Amino acid sequence: MADNVTPRVRVPRSAAAGEVITIKTLISHIMESGQRKDGDGNVIPRSIINTFSCDFNGQNVILVNLDAAISANPYFEFDAVVPEAGEFTFTWNDDDGSVYTDTKAIEIA
Amino acid sequence: MNISNLTKGLAMGAVLACMAPMTASADESAELVIDGVTLVTRTAAPDHMNIDEIISGWVFRSDETQAMQMDDFDNPGMLQVDAAAADWATVEGEAGESCQSCHGDPSSMAGVRTVMPRYNEAAGDLWSLEEYINNCRTERMQAEAWGWNSEDMISMTGLISLQSRGMVVNVAIDGPATPYWEQGREMYYTRYGQLELACANCHEDNYGNLIRADHLSQGQTNGFPAYRLKTTGLNSIHNRFRGCIRDTRAETFAIGSPELKALELYVASRGNGLSVEGPSVRN
Repeated sequence: MADNVTPRVRVPRSAAAGEVITIKTLISHIMESGQRKDGDGNVIPRSIINTFSCDFNGQNVILVNLDAAISANPYFEFDAVVPEAGEFTFTWNDDDGSVYTDTKAIEIA
Repeated sequence: MNISNLTKGLAMGAVLACMAPMTASADESAELVIDGVTLVTRTAAPDHMNIDEIISGWVFRSDETQAMQMDDFDNPGMLQVDAAAADWATVEGEAGESCQSCHGDPSSMAGVRTVMPRYNEAAGDLWSLEEYINNCRTERMQAEAWGWNSEDMISMTGLISLQSRGMVVNVAIDGPATPYWEQGREMYYTRYGQLELACANCHEDNYGNLIRADHLSQGQTNGFPAYRLKTTGLNSIHNRFRGCIRDTRAETFAIGSPELKALELYVASRGNGLSVEGPSVRN
């Protein structure tokens, strides 16, 4: 189990209907690749975030599959169209079965 | 190829060299604004210095590096600050205390970074922020001291520095601090190593010029601990000093040594008037 996993998300509080907004996400995570060995020569088991997704009012915005070569603390920045007021849901799935989520509401200005 | 063609060829080469794109250089008129607060990155130098204007290292960095520091979300040093905030509230040691149980919120540390290093009356010595932290850990918390250059320690100095962000560096160089300050000044102008370089040769005589592919800064410490893109982590002031001295091909002073503390005080005094930026983003 990875320690100190904290998701961070930045979404504007409001947008015009149909506006394209930029979303930034970052999750602090060790992203242990499974390729390394510890001081005694034992393989350190893989422990990474394997998928990240963002949904808006139930509709998928982005789905990312991550593999072992991704650096620690994966950061994603992407654009999304906001057709209506609603809520973004962000989900990170860990190899160990943990699921980290965050939500951000957005209003139409 | 006859002589005249050769000359022509050389001339063409010279023209092409002039037309080659400039290396990425910083926008020197840019203002450092974080969360709506404008930080002082240029100001009049303190009276004791040989130059007129002191300039934060931020000014010398490329646009992209500058932008990373202007947004806390993009500043990777903030991850370590968050980790330190968790440590701040964690009870450790025999006494059953955490930083928080005495000091309350980390915001109580506002202003601390601006006066570090400082002469400690009780200890009768010049103390860096790291020593104040460890004193709390060993005396009040009865916990194990952190290594000067350990990740826990550097992250904690980042959290404490952040509380003073935007406040102006103002270390005391008079009274009991004077002998330390003079020792530091002596070191600053002493040539070290096989390359026989003093701090001043690069950071006073040649700031703004290129050293290999990088712009020399004034070597200010107001941005420390600094997130270095090179090491992908926060770096302490003494670690940076050690790296600089090593680059002169000298035997370096130890991290936490009296020599580096004296140098830390002198270099900090060269930045009196600049805003605390820690944790900054640098190359």
